[in-house]
Amino acid sequence: MKASEIAALKDEPACDHNKVAEKAGCARPEPGATAGGCPFDGAQITLLPIADVAHIVHGPIGCSGNSWDNRGTRSSGPKLYRVGMTTDLTEQDVIMGRGEKRLFHAIKQAADEYAPAAVFVYATCVTAVIGDDLEAVCKAAAARWGVPVVPVDCAGFYGNKNIGNRIAGETLVRHVIGTREPGPTPTLPDIQVHDISLIGEYNIAGEFWKVAPLFDELGLRIIGSISGDARFAEVQTMHRAEASMVVCARALVNVARRVEERWGVPWFEGSFYGVADTSQALRDFARLIGDPDLSARTEALIAREEALAEAALAPWRERLRGKRALLYTGGVKSWSIISALQDLGMTVVASGTRKSSEEDKARIRELMGEDALMLDEGGPKTLLGTYHQHGADILIAGGRNLYTALKARVPFLDINQEREFGYAGYAGMVDLAHQLALSIESPVWEAVRRPAPWAHSKCAGTPLELPVLADVKTLEDEGAVHG
Amino acid sequence: MAEIIRRSKPLSVSPLKASSTLGASLAFLGLYRAMPMLHGAMGCTAFGKIFLTRHFREPIPIQSTGMDHVATVMGADENVIEGLRTLCEKHKPEVIGLPTTGLPETQGTDIQRLVREFRAAWPQYDHISIIPVNTPDYTGSLESGFALAVEAIIETLVPVSSQAGRRRHQVNVLANASLTPGDIEAIREWCEAFGLRAVVLPDIGDSLDGHLIEAEYATLTAGGTPRDEIVSMGESVATLVIGESLRRAADALRQRTGVPDHHFPHLMGLDACDRFTETLAAITGLTVPARIERQRAQLQDAMVDSHFMTGFLRVALAGEADLLTGLSALLTQSGAQLVAAVAPVSAPSLRTLPCAEVLLGDLQDLERVARANGARFLISNAHADASAERLGLPLLRAGFPQYDRLGAAARVWVGYRGSRATLFDIANLVLEHHHDIPAYRSRFWSGGPREHEMSLSRAAQGDAGMVRH
Ligand code: SF4
Repeated sequence: MKASEIAALKDEPACDHNKVAEKAGCARPEPGATAGGCPFDGAQITLLPIADVAHIVHGPIGCSGNSWDNRGTRSSGPKLYRVGMTTDLTEQDVIMGRGEKRLFHAIKQAADEYAPAAVFVYATCVTAVIGDDLEAVCKAAAARWGVPVVPVDCAGFYGNKNIGNRIAGETLVRHVIGTREPGPTPTLPDIQVHDISLIGEYNIAGEFWKVAPLFDELGLRIIGSISGDARFAEVQTMHRAEASMVVCARALVNVARRVEERWGVPWFEGSFYGVADTSQALRDFARLIGDPDLSARTEALIAREEALAEAALAPWRERLRGKRALLYTGGVKSWSIISALQDLGMTVVASGTRKSSEEDKARIRELMGEDALMLDEGGPKTLLGTYHQHGADILIAGGRNLYTALKARVPFLDINQEREFGYAGYAGMVDLAHQLALSIESPVWEAVRRPAPWAHSKCAGTPLELPVLADVKTLEDEGAVHG
Repeated sequence: MAEIIRRSKPLSVSPLKASSTLGASLAFLGLYRAMPMLHGAMGCTAFGKIFLTRHFREPIPIQSTGMDHVATVMGADENVIEGLRTLCEKHKPEVIGLPTTGLPETQGTDIQRLVREFRAAWPQYDHISIIPVNTPDYTGSLESGFALAVEAIIETLVPVSSQAGRRRHQVNVLANASLTPGDIEAIREWCEAFGLRAVVLPDIGDSLDGHLIEAEYATLTAGGTPRDEIVSMGESVATLVIGESLRRAADALRQRTGVPDHHFPHLMGLDACDRFTETLAAITGLTVPARIERQRAQLQDAMVDSHFMTGFLRVALAGEADLLTGLSALLTQSGAQLVAAVAPVSAPSLRTLPCAEVLLGDLQDLERVARANGARFLISNAHADASAERLGLPLLRAGFPQYDRLGAAARVWVGYRGSRATLFDIANLVLEHHHDIPAYRSRFWSGGPREHEMSLSRAAQGDAGMVRH
């Protein structure tokens, strides 16, 4: 990819970072002080959930070998997406320029052994820098081996994970969406079925399966999804949806916009986290489709589900009311989680906004009030400092902060894509409440903060800011230690 | 003498290999107040961090020189200098490990020169050790990258000296990548039983063992081999080298210090443990302590108890060379047979494995040979669970990564007790997967008093086979 094309991706009109003078979210990585994944990582987050595709990582072992089968997305059928595939280039391949040839035959091997619905090929740093022509190889391989082959130009040095999400979206718009027509919309005796699509829903830990039955009940057929529990042939038909939802994923707004431009599919942004947001999402579908009968049935379903959820959540609300959460998601899903937590009667003391757009931030302010505390930086010192300062009861963040929290003896909820629990929909809220209470109320915190009975030192888990060593020394001088 | 069969297919499916960069990072994480910084684009570091975090269930301090598009086109030298300065200024480490990834290596980076340039430009950070090592991910694997880093640590931190033996009760232990924190603790205690203090390099037993520390968080490694101890390695009475992968690192240490070394390919199974014990006895001139004698006798007892399950057991193994060497010795000494062996990359020690062939390949290869050769038991990393499921075989998880179980770091494989634990685990998995003989039902039963059992039997036979006890 040319530098100008990368710049164009960063300049995507739907990216609000653009409006900020210094383009905060698209800043250059600072050597020695970076955090986060590369575009290859981001592209895989978006594309890997397409379950019947062979995903080939073209490069040396570092990219695939250290990361395959490391994601929380679930499939109801094919498991092909979980099979790590890489050309695993050797030094000889790199020096002699044998990468393209190896890739060509690798595609054949994948096609022969697994009969995939399609092959996706991911470029990585080394193959981009030695100039392998991914597009040409994929084209030739598709013609020769008779399987759709989709090049994903997502080398790590193009930027951050977000750009990778965007590249993935662009790839689907260019190579996949609109390449096949869906079968006729099924008919049901008493209701009119409508076709819809989802963008940015990854079925982490299978959480979408808590929502999917509601769509079935309403007569909304999901003809394609990017990309939770998706199949290639379905993604191909997404241009025929009557309405589309972008599920808390700013980075994929470009997909919705393009599909709207080309095929006139209306879309909205929403979330399945929290009772209120789930209801809103269902209402928005009914609104965009404009079928009065659907609207009426949607309202009836919402009334029923909300009542059920209320009943199931009541005991949990009792326990969680007034509990304080510190949220650090890196930004993308902040507002949807905030409203879910507020639904449970909890207070959100601060929210991470490192990757949030201005619009996201405005929404956060709407939810948390004008002087909402926003964290732009999520190092352990800032997180734990804020945690103590604001008397938080639990830290909610991505997996990379999990052990930071546990080392500091702080209750934790994992909300990133490697997590093992799903929180979407009405039913997901109960699981969310359950997990929150499980960690906050656990007896282990008291036990691990308690010093050994024979120790005279400070309680374990003392924040570093306190002059611990100096204190001990003074105590020693006074003979209070070891005395 | 095993024949090594090279990879012939273009695609690696279900890779067994993790990168050499990652291995080097792991070695640096075994140093005290250290931080590895990968030279490359930021994604490698993010993946490495998640890989190690999930395996050890520990926070992992690791950084990146953050190469972007401009650096890739215009040159990334400035990224290294700036990254080093930021680390020195922000975190004040004692040691910075600087492994390279494939991207800057493809451009032909000269990482040694960059460190010299940094030294010239920023003399105020001279007290911070910087250890560059070339580990592009298109050569080697986790084990070899780890070994290269250990060698680089020795070359950088151990002064050339001739003080060998000055510390009469100190031995050096060079620990290869396959040793867990639990293993390292066990080796340390083994030495201590003979009154020897072990300087373990690198000591992930102290940094990644998983213990709560008094401070809330640490931005650097909170344990590991302290730098001054590494400096003192030249004064030890002996060096105990565990793992063939560390041969070059060991040579470097001996050449620099003259400390005599003893090589142990692994410490699994009675023979290897006896050799290690004997060596400690010889170094100290002491008789073997009673508690070691007891552990030895316990292992012997376990061998006897478990031989019903391990005898003739057809095992398929996949992992790095040092791990394969140890496990295959333990297995064959217990009557098991190694029917399939797969390693991610070549290593001289693979030739010594007790089997006909060693494949250089991936978990797809493991599955194929295990099936073809009628394996009844699998040992590999957690990724192999899908293969084990398809093959209907028990899997013992060993090596990297082990995402789906707790305690991978605490697990002890080496020594008399570790070997005993492995034998028990294998035996228990075999028992769990034991296939009962399916009941035979005579056709003459129909029409008789057992008539009603006939229809039951057909349904039951449908899922006959796996009987769990
Ligand atoms: S930064 Fe480049 S080399 Fe590293 S994982 Fe990402 S694509 Fe692969």
